[in-house]
Amino acid sequence: MRRYTALLLMTVYFGVAAPVNAQIAVYGETVYTMDGDPIDNGVIVIEDGRISAVGSQSRVRVPSGATIYRGAVVTPGLIDAHATVGLTGITNQAQDQDVQENSKAFQPELRAMDAYNGRDPLVGFLAGLGITTVNTGPAPTALSGGQTMIVSTGASTVEEGLIKAPAMVSVTLGNISGAYKSPGTRAKIVAEFREAMLEAQAYTAKRDNGAAATLRGEILADMLSGAIPILVTAHKAHDILTAIRLQAEFGFNMILDGAAEAYLVLDEIKASGVPVIIHPPMIRTNGAAENAAFSTAAQIHAAGIPFAFQSSYEAYVPKTRVVLFEAAIAAANGLDREATLEALTIGAATILGISDTHGKIAVGRAADLVVFDGDPLEYTTHACTVFAAGALVSETCN
Amino acid sequence: MEKTLQRCLLLLILLGSIRVTAVAQEAPIAFVGATLLPVTGPPIENGVIEDGEIKAIGPAGTAIPRRATTIDVSGHVIMPGLVDTHSHVGEVSGGDGSSALHPGVRTLDGINPLASSLNRARAGGITTLNIMSGSGHLMSGQTAYIKSRRANSIEALLFCEDVLTEICGGMKMANGTNSIRSGNFPGTRARSASMARELFMKAQQYGRKKAEALEAGESFDEIDLGNEALLEIMDGRRIVHFHTHRQDDILTALRIGNEFGFTPVLHHVSEGWKVADEIAAAGAPASIIMIDSPGGKLEAVDLVMKTGRVLEEAGALVAYHTDDGITDSRLFLRSAALGVRAGMSREGALASVTINGARMMGLEDRVGSLEVGKDADLVVLTGDPLSVYTHVHQTWIDGAIVFDRSNPDDLASATGGYGVYDRADVHIHGAETEHVMEGGE
Repeated sequence: MRRYTALLLMTVYFGVAAPVNAQIAVYGETVYTMDGDPIDNGVIVIEDGRISAVGSQSRVRVPSGATIYRGAVVTPGLIDAHATVGLTGITNQAQDQDVQENSKAFQPELRAMDAYNGRDPLVGFLAGLGITTVNTGPAPTALSGGQTMIVSTGASTVEEGLIKAPAMVSVTLGNISGAYKSPGTRAKIVAEFREAMLEAQAYTAKRDNGAAATLRGEILADMLSGAIPILVTAHKAHDILTAIRLQAEFGFNMILDGAAEAYLVLDEIKASGVPVIIHPPMIRTNGAAENAAFSTAAQIHAAGIPFAFQSSYEAYVPKTRVVLFEAAIAAANGLDREATLEALTIGAATILGISDTHGKIAVGRAADLVVFDGDPLEYTTHACTVFAAGALVSETCN
Repeated sequence: MEKTLQRCLLLLILLGSIRVTAVAQEAPIAFVGATLLPVTGPPIENGVIEDGEIKAIGPAGTAIPRRATTIDVSGHVIMPGLVDTHSHVGEVSGGDGSSALHPGVRTLDGINPLASSLNRARAGGITTLNIMSGSGHLMSGQTAYIKSRRANSIEALLFCEDVLTEICGGMKMANGTNSIRSGNFPGTRARSASMARELFMKAQQYGRKKAEALEAGESFDEIDLGNEALLEIMDGRRIVHFHTHRQDDILTALRIGNEFGFTPVLHHVSEGWKVADEIAAAGAPASIIMIDSPGGKLEAVDLVMKTGRVLEEAGALVAYHTDDGITDSRLFLRSAALGVRAGMSREGALASVTINGARMMGLEDRVGSLEVGKDADLVVLTGDPLSVYTHVHQTWIDGAIVFDRSNPDDLASATGGYGVYDRADVHIHGAETEHVMEGGE
C-alpha cells in the first residue's frame, strides 16, 4: 500500500498522466457543472478521457465495469487566472527563477512557454489540489516581463499541456522592480508604455505596407489591435485609473490585475467594462498592495464586474499560492459560495478566453474536474480525485 | 468531544472590564449561552477567581454573582486566547550586522506597542505572543513574551512585572541557510554550530569566574548582559527558541542544547516529519510554520502540511505559529485547521494554538486554556474554530475587550482596507541585512 501511495505521489509530482480506464464514472452528492444549476446526486461518465454524459444519477446510465470515483462535491477543474508557477520554481534559487528579465523593463516579446518547466514540483502540487489550469507567465515586476500562456497542470511539457499562447501580455503600472534603471517613476512608466503603443501604430502601418515582421513589432501590434489582451497589474486606485485612461486612449483589450484598491474606484472599473483578476485575498499588506482587503472580491462581484482569482507572484513564500485557498478567504468575507466557485471555473475561463473548452463540466469536453470530500472552500476538506485535460492526475486526498 | 461540548452551554464568569466603560470596573463579567472549548480538561468546572482571571466555568445554571455584567453570546464558541509562539509584529528588531550572536540584545527595547501589526494579532484572537527578531543571525536576541493588550508602553504588554529583575522572554537562535552570510557571519553549517558552541563555552567560563568571586566573598563588577542571558539558558530559566528547517539542522539544534543543558523549542521544523521520533525522544517541543506551498528556499522544499500530524503521532509537543508577516495573524486558526486537513486530531490542533504554545514559553499556568484561576484571555468565535467561515467576534485579555468585530475600526483591522495597516509595518525577513529576499524564516 505504501508503495502504491508513493507511486501516486510520483504521478502527481511529475505530472505524468496515470493510465485511465476507458470508462469512468464520477459520482457527486453535489455536482457543480457551471452549466446550469448544481445537480444533486449527479454522475459524470468519462470515456477515453472525454465526458460522455453528465446528469442526475437517476437519469444517466453508467456503463458496467466503469471505474467508480465518489465524493461529496464535484467541480470543474479549478483555474488560476494569473500565476507564475513553472517559471518560478520550488527551490527559489537562480536556476529555477525565470520570472524577471532584468536586461530591460519592457520586453513583451518574451514567451512564457520558453521558460515554463512543467516538471517543477509546484505544478504537480497545484494539480493535486484541483488547480488544473493556470495562466502563467512573468512576474508583475517589470513594465512588461512578457507574455503569459495557459497550460494544464496535468502535463509535464508545454507541448502536452498548452491550452493557449500567447494568452496575455503582462504590463505593470505603479511599482516595478528596482532592478531597472528606468523607468523609475509612475509617470515615466506610463510615458514608456504610451511610446510603445505609438510604436505599435507605426509598425502596423509599415507592416501593412509590406515591411518585414519583427519579433517586438508583432507582439506590439497584437497588443494594440486587441488580438492579445493586455494584463495590466495595478494596485493603487490612481494606478487603476491610469490603466483605464490608457485603455481609453489606445483601445486595447485590457484585463485589470491585482487591483488592491479596486473598492475605491468600483464605478470607474465597471464603466470601463474590463474584467478583474483580483489579487490573492491573503496577499501581504505591503508595497502597492498595502491597502488590500479580504472583502474586495465580494465588492467587485456585488458591483457586477466580472472577476477571477489568481495566485500572483511571491518572491519568497508561499512560492505558489493556491487559488482554492485564496478564494475561500473571499468566500468567508462576503462572497457567496456559488459566485466563488464560478470565479474559480467558468468565470476565469471566460476572462481567459477558454470557456469553450474549460470551466464547465459538459458532454464532449475533456475530463477536467475535481472530486472533493466536502465543501471545496472549507479548510478541512480535501481534493481527492483530480482529472486534468482528460487524464487522472491525482487520487490522493490533498 | 465536539458533541459533548455542544451539550455544555458555557457559563464563563470572569472579573474584568468592558472597553466602553471609561474606567476599568472590576465587576464580574458572565458570558452565557456559548459553546465552550476549554482545550484542557473536562469542559465543566466551577470555581471562584481573582482579579482579571477566570472565576467560574460551568453549564447553564452555574451561579452568577449578582453584580455581574451578563453578556449573552448564544450561538458563539468561546476558546482560550490564542498563543503565538513566533511573531514579528510590533516592528520588532534585534541584533545588527556587527555580530552573528547578540545574547545581550532585548527585543523588548525595540517593540512599538502602537504598531498597527498588533491589530492583526488582536483581530486573529491572539492574546499571547512571543515576539522575536529574525533568523539572519545565529542568535539575534532575547525574545519578548507579551499580551496584545492596548497600551502605550512595552511594560504594559509584557508578562513579566519588572524588566530589571525578571526574565521577560526567551532567546532566539537559528541555524541553516538564513544565518549563513558574509562578514561577521558563518559561511557553513559547521561554522554556525561552532560559533554557537564557543559562545556558550565562554559563558560557562564567565559563570565559573562569577561563582568563584561570589564564593570568595568578592564583588563581581564585570557583569556582561549576554553572558548573563546565556547562564539563564544553561540554568534552565530562559527558553531557547531555535529557528531550524532541515532535518539535520533540527538534530544539530538538539545536539547543541544537549551539550549545554537545555532543550530548545524547535521553530518552523519544515522537515520535522523526517525526524519526528528523534524530536519526541529529546522531549523537544516543536512549533510549526504552516505555509501554503513547499519551497521558497532549499531547506523548505520538503515542507508539508502533515508535519503536525506526524509529530503529534510521535508524541511531541506541537504548536503552530504565525511568523507574522510570513503568515497573517488574523488567520492563525487557519494553520491549525490545515493541520487537521492533513490528519492532525481536532483536540491536538486546538491545543497547538493555545496551551501547547503556552507550555513552550513556560506560561501555561497563566494562559492557554479556560480554567478557573487562569488569566481571563479568551476568543469569542462565530462558529467552529476550524472553519473558514468562522470569524473572531471578540478578543478579551485579562477580562478587558481588545477586539470587537461590531466596532467599525476593529472590523477594518479584521478585513483590511484603506490606511488600515502601515506599509512599513510588515516584517520583511532579513531586511536588517543585505539579503532581503534570501533571509527568510
